[in-house]
Amino acid sequence: MAHIFTEANFQAEVLSSPVPVLVDFWAEWCGPCRVLGPIIEEIASEVDESKLKIGKVNVDQNAHLSTEHRVLSIPTMLIFKGGQEVGKIVGSMPKEELLAKLAPYLA
Amino acid sequence: MHNTIIIGSGPAGWTAAIYAARADLKPMVFEGYEPGGQLMTTTEVENFPGFEHGIQGPDLMSVMRKQAKRFETEIISAMVDSVKQIDGGFEVVSKGQTYQSKTVILSTGATARRLGLESEKALYGNGVSACATCDGFFFKGKNVIIVGGGDSAMEEATFLTRFAEKVFIVHRREEFRASKIMQERVKANSKIELILNSEVIEILGVDVGHVTGVKLRNTVSGETSEMNIDGVFASIGHEPNVALVKGLVDLDEKGYVKTIPGTSQTNIKGLFACGDVQDSRYRQAITAAGSGCMAALDVEKFLAGHE
Repeated sequence: MAHIFTEANFQAEVLSSPVPVLVDFWAEWCGPCRVLGPIIEEIASEVDESKLKIGKVNVDQNAHLSTEHRVLSIPTMLIFKGGQEVGKIVGSMPKEELLAKLAPYLA
Repeated sequence: MHNTIIIGSGPAGWTAAIYAARADLKPMVFEGYEPGGQLMTTTEVENFPGFEHGIQGPDLMSVMRKQAKRFETEIISAMVDSVKQIDGGFEVVSKGQTYQSKTVILSTGATARRLGLESEKALYGNGVSACATCDGFFFKGKNVIIVGGGDSAMEEATFLTRFAEKVFIVHRREEFRASKIMQERVKANSKIELILNSEVIEILGVDVGHVTGVKLRNTVSGETSEMNIDGVFASIGHEPNVALVKGLVDLDEKGYVKTIPGTSQTNIKGLFACGDVQDSRYRQAITAAGSGCMAALDVEKFLAGHE
């Protein structure tokens, strides 16, 4: 299961995480997000969490987080490492393509 | 060998699948890069019969997919890389795997046209958006531009005023193509301002990583100017997704797949087309669904004649 990140736990779960974290910014009313959602869940259930932690931020409920991290389009996936944003992937895509983009973190 | 392979998963593809599956043809559907198609980026669909109070585009597509699945449709979540003719049918390649089928239903739809600027590509997701319904939310209290002059540009401009402080419609000509009712709605909206006879020639902000403005050119005088803006949306029409069959089937003068009027038959026997990839005129969810039904019935008839 993908983690649920919120304004309340973002510091602890994402920014202070010892492993890299993939954060999927999404919303209920965004069609492409609903296509990507199950793909994110699938990847989350398959990857080794000691290498990459995967979770989601609902922008409706956490508008502050999207503003702070300059998310202007959804779905957007941000990758954090050591509290820093190190990667940004915009838009929905098939699972294989997303896995290829995440490959550097899964090696 | 499969009976039929359906390429594309918008209303045309799913309707074709529902009909083909119910005819016991065990269709296979390739969902493609944007499963659900264009309806996935719309909000309320108010004109699809059967939904008295409207339905959200993504919900409509999700129901159609479930309905197709209920009748033994095999769904593959991947792009098709190539289609070619072989003896007795077609060979479809996806992710290095080869599938053979007696018939193919092409329902690859159409894709929104982009402005085609380098700066647009560079700033995609950073103020440049391909989906007003997805991204309007992030422009609360900001100023945005929408490029275009048709109904969908007017519709998206109106939608964007829910969030944005000001929406500027930039259009190349003096007159809009949009229907009268849509134009009037836009003109009556105090948050919308029109910038006519103008085109966006560059989006500014690549150096800072997000959109800060645009460079405009007046299409009459040729003069250029800059204006500050936070977001850029484009609604300048669609291109049919024909790359897969270019060189294989005949296209019409607008570049859409040509079908024999009143049928879904292309010039290649056993290859049928439905939905927006072959329709430059109506392009509605319901006409796409209708043509998907036609394609499945045409396939059924074609197969019966070959057994």
